[in-house]
Amino acid sequence: MIAKNNSLAFNASRHVRERAIEFVLFLAALSSVAVTLGIVGVLFYESLGLFKHVSLWDFLTDTQWTPLFDDAHYGILPLLAGTLVTTLVAVVVAIPLGTVIAIYLSEYAPHRLREVVKPILELLSAVPTVVYGYFALLFVTPLLQQLFPGLPGFNMLSAGLVIGVMIIPYVSSLSEDAIQAVPMQLREGSYAMGATRLRTALSVIFPAAFSGIASAYVLAMSRAIGETMVVAIAAGMQPNLTWNPLEPAATITAYIVQVSLGDLPHGSLGYQTIFAAGLTLMLITLVFNIAGYWLRRRFREVY
Amino acid sequence: MDDAQITHSVSSELKPLIARHKMFDAWFAVLGLLAMLVALITLTALIVDLAVQGAPRLSWDFFTSFPSRFPDKAGILSAWVGTTVVMLVTAASAVPLGVAAGIYLEEYATKNWITGIIEINITNLAGVPSIVYGLMALGLFVYQFNLGQSVLSAGLTLGLLILPMVIIATREAIRAIPSLIREAAYALGATKWQTVQHHILPYSTGGILTGVIIAMSRAIGESAPVITIGALTFIAFLPTSPIQPEPPYLSFQWLFDPYTVMPIQMFNWTSRPQAAFHLNAAAAGLVLMAMTLLMNGLAIYIRYRFRKRIKW
Repeated sequence: MIAKNNSLAFNASRHVRERAIEFVLFLAALSSVAVTLGIVGVLFYESLGLFKHVSLWDFLTDTQWTPLFDDAHYGILPLLAGTLVTTLVAVVVAIPLGTVIAIYLSEYAPHRLREVVKPILELLSAVPTVVYGYFALLFVTPLLQQLFPGLPGFNMLSAGLVIGVMIIPYVSSLSEDAIQAVPMQLREGSYAMGATRLRTALSVIFPAAFSGIASAYVLAMSRAIGETMVVAIAAGMQPNLTWNPLEPAATITAYIVQVSLGDLPHGSLGYQTIFAAGLTLMLITLVFNIAGYWLRRRFREVY
Repeated sequence: MDDAQITHSVSSELKPLIARHKMFDAWFAVLGLLAMLVALITLTALIVDLAVQGAPRLSWDFFTSFPSRFPDKAGILSAWVGTTVVMLVTAASAVPLGVAAGIYLEEYATKNWITGIIEINITNLAGVPSIVYGLMALGLFVYQFNLGQSVLSAGLTLGLLILPMVIIATREAIRAIPSLIREAAYALGATKWQTVQHHILPYSTGGILTGVIIAMSRAIGESAPVITIGALTFIAFLPTSPIQPEPPYLSFQWLFDPYTVMPIQMFNWTSRPQAAFHLNAAAAGLVLMAMTLLMNGLAIYIRYRFRKRIKW
């Protein structure tokens, strides 16, 4: 009888312990939601202070961004243009190169070559971004200046090109995974019809893997949009409403860095502008994430 | 026309077509090699450029000197010490939290809306630009919690930044364990936690460690969020030593000291106009690259060792 009571008590205490552990683990999992809430909360709260003084309409349509000048203008467009131009240059580099590499590695390259090249390519995305910034400013820009005489020392082209190379692994690795997932029968069917490897890759494999490839593109783009150090170092920090990649211009991220390097008093209007800029950045990447999710859904092929 | 003639005329039409397609195929193989070369040559150019510019500056003095107005006297002492202490805080915050969250999601969570939200949330967090984490930390850690521009706030910021990576790595490592193992443990009367503690965790250590090291190598090179929360670029002193000569002997003052880290130091030197400082930047970049490569190499080695040791 006593023994039985003891084992019951033991069971009960064991049960309590188990539940307590589960609860602690649950809290840990919930912490990631807290991080998101923290991000959204801080960005909205601090931006709200700015939007009390600046109307949303001015923020979205004014063509000047000079919050730290006496004649303050708060138009996000110049920063947005800078972000879009550098991202576009990067994407023009990364998407063709990354896609060709992915198709080559999975459809053409011998197994041994793939095993060696893949980790080396992934190193491209592991290099600290500040090192890329150094490389863009002091290696790529002088090189480009020989091609385009009169190119300013800070320009969006070199920053964009370097970001493009940096995000190649995002395109190539994820696309290659998607291509590998295409069933072998599809390839064999195509080869049996007499198609070459290129035809098979373009007409059979690419469409079949498109949902995965598209989400690789989207991920790479959102990396390019959020990239900070390369543009802050190599593209200059002057807001400049232009679509010409040969000119210097600040991106949203570069502006945040520029303000953070000085010391603006906490709570001032200038301090709040970086949160509004950050909020804009966050919303753009959110749109991209949703688009990526939609593309994955829309083009998913189930075998 | 008899059969032979038909075959003949068809093949004379087809032959050039086939030849053309074979040529395209061969050209694409060349194109693929070229695309790969562009990527690899860029990486090589980057490393060679850093090495050529920076290697002459690497000396014992470079590692043991504080930054200075004179480029040839400046060093990275405060930067590498700063990176080390910030990474301690990052690891101490991200690893327990991330591993616990990963265990919960893989072993405990039932399929319901809370789990769904947590999972979507982690995927989204992994895509948030790093500078946004910096803004969050600026508003929350630096001003709301009054941690100031300290080692602690930098470490926590980078910890939150790599949290999704640690969670994802943990989940993948746990998912690779066959359910046979769990069932055998349950059959012997083990509770859930005992199963996790004695089986799941030890077997997934290799995978988790690999993920953590790769995440840490990201955090080491990360500069944007650290700039946002106000890392100082000119620090000519070290954080307080954790061991003090008089009681209570242990001090946690270093958590609240100002700091600088390697990427910030490199950024600072890169953005100066004098070319002599650019050489310092290259040398700092070389050290940073060496750290990153070393950690990535270590991760690959650990993955290889554990994969060899564990066979299901």
